[in-house]
Amino acid sequence: MPFNIYDFSGTTKAVDQFLYSTMSPTWAFVVELAIVGIIILLVYAVVGLYLVYAERKVCAFMQNRVGPNRVGKWGLIQTIADLIKLLMKELVVIRKADQLLFNIAPFILIIASFMAIAAIPFAKGLQAVDFNIGVFYMMAVSSIGVIGTLLAGWSSNSKYSLIGAIRSGAQVVSYELSVGLSLLAVVIFSGSMQLSVIIESQANGWWIFKGHIPAIIAFVMFLVASTAEINRGPFDLAEAESELTAGFHTEYSGIRFAFFFLGEYMNMFIVASLAATVFLGGWMPLHIGNLAGFNHVMDFIPPIVWYFGKTVFIIYVIMWFKWTFPRLRIDQLLTLEWKYLLPINLVNILVIAFIVLMGWYIK
Amino acid sequence: MNSVGKYFSDIFYGIKSLWKGLMVTGYYFVHPGTIVTQQYPENRKELKMFDRFKGEVILQHDENNFHTCNGCGICQLNCPNGSLEIITDSVTNEDGKSERIIDKHIYHLSMCTFCGLCIKACPSNSLAWGQEFEHAVFNREALTKILNQPGSLIKKTPKEPKAPKPVVTDTVPTSNPAN
Repeated sequence: MPFNIYDFSGTTKAVDQFLYSTMSPTWAFVVELAIVGIIILLVYAVVGLYLVYAERKVCAFMQNRVGPNRVGKWGLIQTIADLIKLLMKELVVIRKADQLLFNIAPFILIIASFMAIAAIPFAKGLQAVDFNIGVFYMMAVSSIGVIGTLLAGWSSNSKYSLIGAIRSGAQVVSYELSVGLSLLAVVIFSGSMQLSVIIESQANGWWIFKGHIPAIIAFVMFLVASTAEINRGPFDLAEAESELTAGFHTEYSGIRFAFFFLGEYMNMFIVASLAATVFLGGWMPLHIGNLAGFNHVMDFIPPIVWYFGKTVFIIYVIMWFKWTFPRLRIDQLLTLEWKYLLPINLVNILVIAFIVLMGWYIK
Repeated sequence: MNSVGKYFSDIFYGIKSLWKGLMVTGYYFVHPGTIVTQQYPENRKELKMFDRFKGEVILQHDENNFHTCNGCGICQLNCPNGSLEIITDSVTNEDGKSERIIDKHIYHLSMCTFCGLCIKACPSNSLAWGQEFEHAVFNREALTKILNQPGSLIKKTPKEPKAPKPVVTDTVPTSNPAN
């Protein structure tokens, strides 16, 4: 089996051919689905748990604390221990809750983020599905998650949950626009919605550098709007510990709560990897125009390292936001979107369209 | 200022102040030296408590095992929850007069709320805050302590010139004998 850390397409192709040569096409297809599903599930669990750990560490350092440091070396096993604890907790049945919706709400949230992972290009040839409308698909499935939030709030039959869920609905529906418009900036630049094509178009420089100031504005807008879309601080009105106890997941316990928790962190990972893919070139190494020597040196770092490096950087920035800024009020939140982000984004799109029309960006 | 100018100046002022905040937390993130957490069981050897720390009430003794408590009982009267008990004795001094000394200065740590009224009230500044804090014991009788060390004596101040009235302050002296 050919294995090349720089290009996984050979490996995946070999696995594909092996499966199709040993069993009937139907079974080969099913086995492939199972393999991809299990790999993504493992990545999901490990990344989710370690994002929680990373968040606790980053938050601790920013508040002059040490953070988890007792379970394992530097507390590395802390979140796994937490997960085991949550697995053993009682699932409290809420008597007047809508049981069916209450039970499926966490799964809707998880499924939404799980579907989004499928389209993320982790490295060259390491992408489960490469849609020709990848950007559109990512936006569409990631906004299914809000249905889970709304259902959780509605079915819990609790005022805290309902207020949190309604706030979350208003917030996600508003910020969806800005997320879409800021992604549209790069779609205009690269002329495609396919994530692999967008990455290939950054072979001579990332869009954040090639697109001048409008691309940087779009990048910042994307970071702000997507932080709001995933309900993270400073836009965590849906949870708002100090006023709504825990917002939409107040009534959840045990592993259902863990699902919400994991889903939140995975949404952050998805948003960060989308930003890395679209604005910072995904797995594409840092290339500067035609500097062949420099580009060659950069190519020695494997694409998967580039991808995770960029994603971790953006995750760090999002955590940095969360642990610096105070939470917005609901009116400030909507003012920020409708009076600032949306108009600036629209003007930005117009400017980008003009730049692309005149060919003023670095090709 | 017109509204359009205000709109843009709001944006730039907002970004500036947000950036200022980000710089503060970013500085802490890259400077592990700013961590203030004491990792207690590991650092118990070098852990130095602060001067203002209220660990327990102690009766100060100097290096010759002298204290300044004359057994007046004001600390006992001032204690809101009866943590202090003073058992006095009387001896005959060199002038042939009967004099009051303390036999036992009993301190019930289990009842103490660390309010510090005894220390504030002490006219001869003999009580102070000790900085010992590992008070956990298996038997609560162990929390009843006798503050005067065995064989300790009251420190005689010379009669003349008359010593100025001691100023009642909350300061903590440096000597900290273990009980």
